[in-house]
Amino acid sequence: MAETKLKNPTEAILIGGSTGSIEVLLRVLPALPTPLSFALIIVLHRKNTADSTLATLLSLKTESPFREVDDKDPIRPGTIYLAPADYHLLIEQDKSFSLDDSEKVNYSRPSIDVTFESAADVYGSSLIGILLSGANADGTKGMQAIQKTGGLLVAQHPDTALVGFMPQQAIANTTTDYVLDIDGLIAFLKSVNTAQQTAASAF
Amino acid sequence: MIEEEEIDLLLTDLFEVYGYDFTHYSRASLKRRINRLWLLDKFPSFAELRFRVRSDTDYLKRFVEEVTVNVTEMFRDPQFYRVLRTEVLPTLAAKPFIRIWHAGCSTGEEVFSMAILLTEANLIHKSLLYATDLNPEVLETARSGIFAMAPMKQYSENYILSGGKNDFSAYYTAQYGHVKFNSSLSEKMVFSTHNLVSDQSFNEFDLILCRNVLIYFDKVLQQRVLTLFDDSLGPLGYLALGAKETLKFSTLQSTYRQVSGEKIWRKQS
Ligand SMILES: C[S@@+](CC[C@H](N)C(=O)[O-])C[C@H]1O[C@@H](n2cnc3c(N)ncnc32)[C@H](O)[C@@H]1O
Repeated sequence: MAETKLKNPTEAILIGGSTGSIEVLLRVLPALPTPLSFALIIVLHRKNTADSTLATLLSLKTESPFREVDDKDPIRPGTIYLAPADYHLLIEQDKSFSLDDSEKVNYSRPSIDVTFESAADVYGSSLIGILLSGANADGTKGMQAIQKTGGLLVAQHPDTALVGFMPQQAIANTTTDYVLDIDGLIAFLKSVNTAQQTAASAF
Repeated sequence: MIEEEEIDLLLTDLFEVYGYDFTHYSRASLKRRINRLWLLDKFPSFAELRFRVRSDTDYLKRFVEEVTVNVTEMFRDPQFYRVLRTEVLPTLAAKPFIRIWHAGCSTGEEVFSMAILLTEANLIHKSLLYATDLNPEVLETARSGIFAMAPMKQYSENYILSGGKNDFSAYYTAQYGHVKFNSSLSEKMVFSTHNLVSDQSFNEFDLILCRNVLIYFDKVLQQRVLTLFDDSLGPLGYLALGAKETLKFSTLQSTYRQVSGEKIWRKQS
């Protein structure tokens, strides 16, 4: 399925989500293989308290190295990154992170659009954007940016989302490549990963 | 959407015409800020944006103000201020004189927060707070000590979380949707423009705060500015950064020790 549409090896996968997305991640993360052949970058709407409970919660669900991002951290394949509360997360051409505490976008900081647009600029067609459950239209512009630069778009099936609005907006306004339920999402991520490992071991 | 080469042109203009050097600012953020301004001010083309920046000094002010980010609040990250109260200020108390530098102070909320801490620690009388920013407009606000009323509730909560025990509203008088902080807080403040990219060290300090400024710089400029801070800190002085900023990519790492898990480092000699 997934492999056929991918033009380039996937360097990075972005996951954006709001209300109802943490539950999805709690199921998806433990199901992922290790090591991952790509960097997985997660941007969630969260309360602007700087507490680290969300990072702790998610990190316990995976064997992969997991970090809440510090400014200028390099982006490495195999690592899972979480956008810190109260900063926008941007990506530099040298594949490191930059943080930015400017105005909220779509009432959100971090904003999914901001990270997705900036990643599209850097990763082009080696990028996959995934949008999960949420009650906010954040993420749609970001998905459009990824579409423009040749990346692949995935949305959680709105019927399987706690709040379908966010993926629905993306589906309505982009040529979303895959609309998947949680099991479909897990299978998709596995296939992206295995595809590359087979490719790599063939050499 | 602005192209990389167009950003380069604009940055060259800003340097040649006005002496502002943004070339080592974090590119991703800079690009986003310029795009945002282009949209907001409805320039039909890049050429028009460029012309306006080059030829209109009033517009330049707006450009600098919008491209740099001025977001700030009082007692931002209350836990950070709690550690200043409990671990940093007590070690400075024995000094005959305390010099503090707020680099990139924006509209001054951080400086007033510090003045409140110093007042409560009975140290304000022997302290001097140097507050600098590249942007003269934000310094005007800081100097006035007048802030919007709306966020005071949040600030008051932050203040309490930072270990504050007084009535926060006793530090200001309310007037027409604004508050004016007591002059006892601002008496020891000195405001001045200072550009971290091009200006030198101007004193020796016991504590330097530079929070949420380095995130807008690339690694090269970060290292340069951190060296400037190192040169400006006295023996056993403290350096405080923003919640997500770190010394881990810098050469200072080996000669500084982190305080209580907060973004505060103490010079080891
Ligand atoms: C986001 S604010 C931080 C305010 C405050 N320190 C805080 O953490 O809440 C960043 C400030 O850095 C200032 N700044 C940006 N570049 C600078 C430079 N080269 N030299 C001095 N200040 C600079 C901006 O004008 C802005 O006021």
